[in-house]
Amino acid sequence: MTHIGIPSSLFYYVYFPMWKVFFEELKNVKVVTSGETTREILDKGVSEALADACVPVKVFFGHVLTLRNKVDYLFIPRIVCLNRKTVYCPKFLGLPDMIRYGLSDMPPIIDVRIDTRKMRSAVYRAFNTVGQILQAKKQNILRAYLKARLAQFKFKRLLRRGWQPPEAMAAVLNGRKSNLPADPPGQLRFAVVGYPYIIHDRYISVDVINKLRRMGVSVVTSDNPPPLALRMQRYDCGKILFWTFSDRTLRAAHYFAKQGKVDGIIHLTAFGCGPDSIVDRFIQYNSSSHHIPFMSLSIDEHSGEAGVSTRLEAFVDMVRRKKGEKMNA
Amino acid sequence: MRKVTFPHVGESYRTFKMLLNDLGNEVILPPRPSRRTLNLGVQHVPEFACLPLKILMGTYLETLERGANVIVTSGGVGPCRAGLYAEVHKKVLHDMGYQVEMIVFEPPRLHPINFIRNVHKLNPARLSIKAIIECIKRAWRKLQALDNVEKATHVIRPKEIRQGDTSRTYKKVLEWIDSAYTMDEIVEAEKAALEELHNIPQDPERMILKVGIVGEIYVLLEPASNLEIEEMLGNMGVEVERSMFLTGWTRDNTWKETVQGMTVKEAAEPYLPELIGGHGRDSIGNTVLYAKRNFDGVIQLAPFTCIPEIVARTILTSVSKDYNIPVLTFFLDEQTGKAGMATRLEAFVDLMKRKKTKIKQNKLLPASSF
Ligand code: SF4
Ligand code: SF4
Repeated sequence: MTHIGIPSSLFYYVYFPMWKVFFEELKNVKVVTSGETTREILDKGVSEALADACVPVKVFFGHVLTLRNKVDYLFIPRIVCLNRKTVYCPKFLGLPDMIRYGLSDMPPIIDVRIDTRKMRSAVYRAFNTVGQILQAKKQNILRAYLKARLAQFKFKRLLRRGWQPPEAMAAVLNGRKSNLPADPPGQLRFAVVGYPYIIHDRYISVDVINKLRRMGVSVVTSDNPPPLALRMQRYDCGKILFWTFSDRTLRAAHYFAKQGKVDGIIHLTAFGCGPDSIVDRFIQYNSSSHHIPFMSLSIDEHSGEAGVSTRLEAFVDMVRRKKGEKMNA
Repeated sequence: MRKVTFPHVGESYRTFKMLLNDLGNEVILPPRPSRRTLNLGVQHVPEFACLPLKILMGTYLETLERGANVIVTSGGVGPCRAGLYAEVHKKVLHDMGYQVEMIVFEPPRLHPINFIRNVHKLNPARLSIKAIIECIKRAWRKLQALDNVEKATHVIRPKEIRQGDTSRTYKKVLEWIDSAYTMDEIVEAEKAALEELHNIPQDPERMILKVGIVGEIYVLLEPASNLEIEEMLGNMGVEVERSMFLTGWTRDNTWKETVQGMTVKEAAEPYLPELIGGHGRDSIGNTVLYAKRNFDGVIQLAPFTCIPEIVARTILTSVSKDYNIPVLTFFLDEQTGKAGMATRLEAFVDLMKRKKTKIKQNKLLPASSF
C-alpha cells in the first residue's frame, strides 16, 4: 500500500476532490491528509518556515510537517497556470522547492509541473505522469482521471449552488447530503472574498464564515460565482493581475458589487501576503464607488477570537443600521 | 508647461536627466530618497506593499511638490507586483487630486507600439529617429560609465588607508561624468574617474573578504534603500560584488574559467527549476556561482514581504549548507535601522574571517570544493 500525503492547505480547498478520487482509484494507493489546521500545526509551521513568509505558507509548512513520517510520497504539484492566462503566486511556483530545500527529512515529493499555456492537455499529462510514478497501468490511470474529473465537476456544481468548499467536499467525497437552508427574507447577505485557503481554513480565518452565519448573516464567497461570469467580469486597474487567486478575488469582489445583491463585502487578507496589498486597495476603491460597505480583515498567526468577533459585530451592526435607514427612507 | 520626472535609482538619474533634456523636456530631478520620502510614501500606499512601491510613491509626491506633472516609469509584465506599481501609483495620485500624466514603458520587445508612442510623447524637440538613437546610445554609455566607476569603489574602499577617501573621491568623480556630454567626453571622464579612484592610497596587505550581493533589483540598485550597505561593508574591509547593475550583469573573465561558463539559470536549476518572477531564481543561481568562485559569503537584500525573495531565502538555507557558504539576509522595510544592520554585519564579518583563517590553515575546505 502506497501512502500519498496531501497537505490540507492551499490548493486543497480547490482541487482536493479531484486529487483524492484520482489516487484512490489507482490500485494500492491510500490518501492521507493532515486534517484541519490546529494550533499545533500552525505552531510547527511558524517555527520551521521563514519568519517573513505569509501566514498561509507557514500553515502549509505545518501541514507538511504533520505528514512527514506518515507517508511514502508527498503530493505537491507545481501548478503554474491552469487557465492559459494568469499564473499562481510565486510562492506556489516555488512550493515544492521550498519544502524540499527548506525542511529536512522530507519523503519524496511528487511535483509534476502543470502549465496549460504550453499545452492544453497539460492536466491530463500531469496525472499520467503521477500515475506512472506510482506504477499504475495506462487504462487504470485514464479511468481514474475521468472519475476524478467527474468528482471535480460535482464539486464545482455544488459551489455554484452556494455551498462552501468544505461542505461541498464532504458531500462529494462522503456522500453526505444536506440541503442549504433558504435565506429568510430580509436577512443580511455578505460576500466574503479572498483566497480559498484563507477564508475556508476555519482555524486561521477564526471561522469568520460561521461567525457571520451565527449573527444571522448569510454568506457567499469568491468560490461561488459561476466561473464563466467571473471570467467575463471586468475590473478596471489598467492591467489584469498576474496571479490567479488574486485575479479571481478581485473579479469576485467586482462581480458582487455590480450585482448589488449583497449588503456588504469583507475581504480577508493574510498577514505578510504580497499580492493582497494591491488587491485590497483595488477592492476598496471599487466597493466605495458602488456604495457598498466594505471591511478588510487581516488575519495573522495571533489573530484572537475576541478581536475578530468585535470587529465583525461592529461591521454587521453598522450595515444593519444603514439598511434599516434605507428601507425607512 | 510639461515638467518631467522619473524614479530615483542610484546615480542613474544623471543619465536620464541628460537624455530627457536632449529630447527637449524640462526635467524635475527626483531627490535622493530620505526618511521623509519614505514617510510620505508609507502614508499613501497599503501597509504590506513592498518597499520599492513605498519609496517610489514618496519620490513622486516630492517631485510633484516641485512642480512635476509627467512621470516616466517602467511597467513590466511580472509575474510580480512591480508590473503593477505604475497602476497603483496612478490610482493613488489621481485619488489625491493630482493631475499627473504617467508614461509607462513596457518592455519594447513585447510592446513595440507602446515604446514608440511613449518616445514620441517625450520628444517635444521633435528629433529625428536617427538623432534619438544617437542620444540613447550616448545615455547608455554614460550609464555604463557610472556603473564602472561604482564597481571600482567596491574594490578600492576595503583597501583604502584613510577611511572615507573612496567615498569622497567617488562623489567628486561622479560630477565629472555628470558634466560630460559628448561620447568622447564621457569616455574621457570615465577614464579620468577610474584613474583618480585607483590613485587612492591603498593597503595591499590587508586581508580582504569577498562578499556577493544578491536580491531584489530595486533595493540592490538604490543605496538609499539599503542603508548604503555596500559602503558599510567596504569600511569593514569587505569587497562586495553586486550581481546586478542597470547596464547588465557582471561579466568578469575570471568566472568563465572557474565556473565553466555556467549561467545563473543553470546554477539555480537543481534548486529551483521554475522562473518564479522578480529575481528569485537569480538570487539562488548567483549564490551558487559566488560559492563556486570561493567567495567568503553572500548577502541577500530584499524588501519586506517580497514574494520571490522569500521563496529564494527558504531555498538558500540548503544552498548555504551544501556549499558551506554563509548567507545573510536582510528584509528591509521602513523600520530597518542602520545600527541594527551594522551589528548584524559585524557578526557576519567575524564569522567569515574565522572561516577564512581556518581555510588558510587548511583546516576547512573552501566553498568551491563542494
Ligand atoms: S498569494 Fe499571498 S497568501 Fe497566497 S501564497 Fe502568495 S503571498 Fe501567500
Ligand atoms: S520582486 Fe519583491 S519587491 Fe519586487 S515587486 Fe515583487 S514582491 Fe515587490
